[in-house]
Amino acid sequence: MADEKLLLQNIPWCKGCGVCVGFCPTKVLKIKNGKCVIANSDKCIFCGQCELRCPDNAIYIGGKK
Amino acid sequence: MNCSEITNQYYRVNRLPHIWCAGCGHGTLTNTVVRAIDKLKLNKDEVVIVSGIGCSSRAPGYLDFNTLHTTHGRALAFATGIKLANPKLHVIVIMGDGDSSAIGGNHLIHAARRNIDITTIVFNNNIYGMTGGQFSPTTPYGDLATTAAYGNIDKPFDLCSLAQGAGATYVGRATAYHALLMQKLIEKGIQNKGFSFIEGLSLCPTYYGRKNKKGNPFKMHSFFKEYCIDKKLVDKDPEKGINKILIGEFYNNPQPEYIESYQVIIDMLQG
Repeated sequence: MADEKLLLQNIPWCKGCGVCVGFCPTKVLKIKNGKCVIANSDKCIFCGQCELRCPDNAIYIGGKK
Repeated sequence: MNCSEITNQYYRVNRLPHIWCAGCGHGTLTNTVVRAIDKLKLNKDEVVIVSGIGCSSRAPGYLDFNTLHTTHGRALAFATGIKLANPKLHVIVIMGDGDSSAIGGNHLIHAARRNIDITTIVFNNNIYGMTGGQFSPTTPYGDLATTAAYGNIDKPFDLCSLAQGAGATYVGRATAYHALLMQKLIEKGIQNKGFSFIEGLSLCPTYYGRKNKKGNPFKMHSFFKEYCIDKKLVDKDPEKGINKILIGEFYNNPQPEYIESYQVIIDMLQG
């Protein structure tokens, strides 16, 4: 179930490159003050694109799978 | 630690965040190596990751396996020694384009010729990133670099053809964008009993990207999406391959492996 998964971040590791923001199909993420922030967590479909493409392992899908 | 399970399991998390620039493709490619090892369920203590010098060669420092950071271009020479000393180990070598084809060019062709059971992964970012953006043997013709202010007049190496010509028995190419393909190629490369060569096209937004006005890291990823095509599609319709970069599995032809051949001689002489 989608509601058991969580989109999580490790903000100190984020370098604000914007790759996850560009690839997010539902525009959940945006860059604020040089870091990626989760702006619309309701829209997340847990596709895993951000986790796959983040070079810094700073964003990932956690929670129950 | 506040990170995914796989990161926690295979990375030295106290060493993170890594030194690479924002958007560098090396982070994504290192993740593909980790995922491939996880998928194959290899014992961490039986995996050795060896690297030379350069941006790409920082990778083993962040990975929680047996790791060795060696001299420039000589990673394959050290790896050959490790494999001969303990053939049970899975030896994976991570090198950059300059490290593998310029400084360590001879080590690469001779390791390939021997067909020793080593998986070589090259993070190719088309430039010498760590030393300030000089052109490398894979910088495309006409592109700009710190030492090619009017355009590079050298023809680039096709690393996969070089490795195949030298005798590698498994050869493939993917990109930082095609991360799942890269993972699959690394898995098959590790499983191949012989010299496997996998080229991962990386992106350098700081030097190569900035010098050549390639845009931000997302645009550089999108370039790979747009301009890369799988070799299987081009085999069916060669016209599709015009002005494109070929990716996918190029060569898979298992042949007698060096360590096994060496063991046969040892057994023969020991009677």
